[in-house]
Amino acid sequence: MFNKTLTELADGLARGEYTSRELTDYFLERIKRLDPSLNSFITLSEDYAHVQADQADQRRKQGQAAPLTGIPIAQKDIFCTEGIKTTCASKMLDSFIAPYNAHVVERFAQEGAVLLGKTNMDEFAMGSSNENSHYGPVLNPWNLDTVPGGSSGGSAAAVAARLAPAATGTDTGGSIRQPAALCGITGIKPTYGRVSRYGMIAFASSLDQGGPLTQTCADAALVLSAMAGFDPRDSTCVDQPVPDYTKALDEKIAGLRIGLPKEYFGEGLDPNVACVIEAALKEYEKLGAKLVEISLKHSAMAGPAYYIIAPAECSSNLARYDGVRYGYRCDDPKNLEDLYKRSRAEGFGAEVKRRIMIGTYALSAGYYEAYYIKAQQIRRLLRDDFLNAFKEVDVIMGPTTPSVAFNLGEKSDDPLSMYLSDIYTIAVNLAGLPALSIPAGFVDEKPVGLQIIGNYFEEGRLLNVGHQYQQVTSWHRVLPAFAKGGL
Amino acid sequence: MSAKPTFSEEIVAKVAHLARLELKPADLPPYHEGLSRILAWIEQMAAIDTQGIEPMAHPFDLAQPLREDKVTEADPEGKQQRKFQALAPAIAAGLYLVPKVIE
Repeated sequence: MFNKTLTELADGLARGEYTSRELTDYFLERIKRLDPSLNSFITLSEDYAHVQADQADQRRKQGQAAPLTGIPIAQKDIFCTEGIKTTCASKMLDSFIAPYNAHVVERFAQEGAVLLGKTNMDEFAMGSSNENSHYGPVLNPWNLDTVPGGSSGGSAAAVAARLAPAATGTDTGGSIRQPAALCGITGIKPTYGRVSRYGMIAFASSLDQGGPLTQTCADAALVLSAMAGFDPRDSTCVDQPVPDYTKALDEKIAGLRIGLPKEYFGEGLDPNVACVIEAALKEYEKLGAKLVEISLKHSAMAGPAYYIIAPAECSSNLARYDGVRYGYRCDDPKNLEDLYKRSRAEGFGAEVKRRIMIGTYALSAGYYEAYYIKAQQIRRLLRDDFLNAFKEVDVIMGPTTPSVAFNLGEKSDDPLSMYLSDIYTIAVNLAGLPALSIPAGFVDEKPVGLQIIGNYFEEGRLLNVGHQYQQVTSWHRVLPAFAKGGL
Repeated sequence: MSAKPTFSEEIVAKVAHLARLELKPADLPPYHEGLSRILAWIEQMAAIDTQGIEPMAHPFDLAQPLREDKVTEADPEGKQQRKFQALAPAIAAGLYLVPKVIE
């Protein structure tokens, strides 16, 4: 049962093999039994899940079921949920209960999906290992000594361990794709503006984008169809119709032109990961695709530009946490300045403070031109590299990450080496493009992700290209032993 | 980028103040060292010629959509206000409380 895909579970519900209430209880029981070893959830919403599951069963009886009706899902704890704690894995929001629902949460509720709980993450989505959580690190179900990636590490670990058929994530520099890769699941970051950011706690507003983490591309197509769409409450949300992403899945891909950026296969890439990616590319050749070497020549600058732009936006966005209107307040403030400074120093963790400091510095008088403007100019060069490449090719492929999952603590004392674990994912956010990560094999029994980058609003094509690979391979069906435990 | 003053502990202290983050004197050296390493890596950007390149603030070169300036969620009974203020650490009579600012 637990290794069924979301699509298979939806079919089972439609056929009446089980009710949503039974399915929901099944996953809640798995979470209670297995999650103490993983720490992938911050909050379980059991009572609310029961209410939603019963409503879903009623709705189905009335013949009103939508594709996701009755399907249990997990939400990253960055999406506001009315009446259920939303912490962003920060001490700052440890007791925060949002007064409204995020657009994405509303959309799932309208579809009749069931909220199992809120997943662990790096604090305010800043991190690549899920070690920056106020609630402790999440462990990777493939190997409990390793990290699941981040920042959507709880969502990725939960789906990989089959504690939820699907989960949401957010991706500012790789935070859906990198944990999806390290946990051996499918994750898609949509085009910037495709999914509303209303009620999604802001980190870097010109980069943040929500998307699904699932077992398969077919599942991601179902979930993204529900998440995407125009919302006037997010002024950057794009008013364009949402295609039914499941429709394009079965299209053949013969003749597909796949661009391979030489910068993504050079220094810094683990040679064993490179072998796995090369084998995946051979599969695509067998499916009739053509491989074309391309160059994204400013790639090496993506990291430096990102680590100015994202912290700059973060320093501005996180100025709202002042200990006055909501969130943590220090004890016995001497005066207003002391209230601000100690509430923020005590409420934020080390990485969040580091990024606020970098951003504040980059935006301060005398440095703005050299850092922030310069980074924005490089951002345009990076975007233009992609646009030029898409004149020659249909999609771009490469590794999602330079190595497989690393050990807990291995990089946590060295922010710079942590930042380098996102070298293949961050340029996509700077450009605002959609990109997918799918399981492509293993190195030392640890999953490897293949990244597929598309042109703007080509989520349908990405999922089609990923799905065709998943029709001829079974990497996405391989389970971590942990998920089979205690059967 | 060569004309900038050296990134010093004084600058770290000033930035922490601007960001309203309390930084104890003992924390200054490790912060300074950590941030210096990151900034040195970021400095690679200086090698790229960006003369005449328009800065890109946003993934799409779109104009900001504006809406009419009118109340869309009226709250005559203050229900929303009470709901939002229930999250505050300290309130009184519908106001947020902070330590005294003016003697």
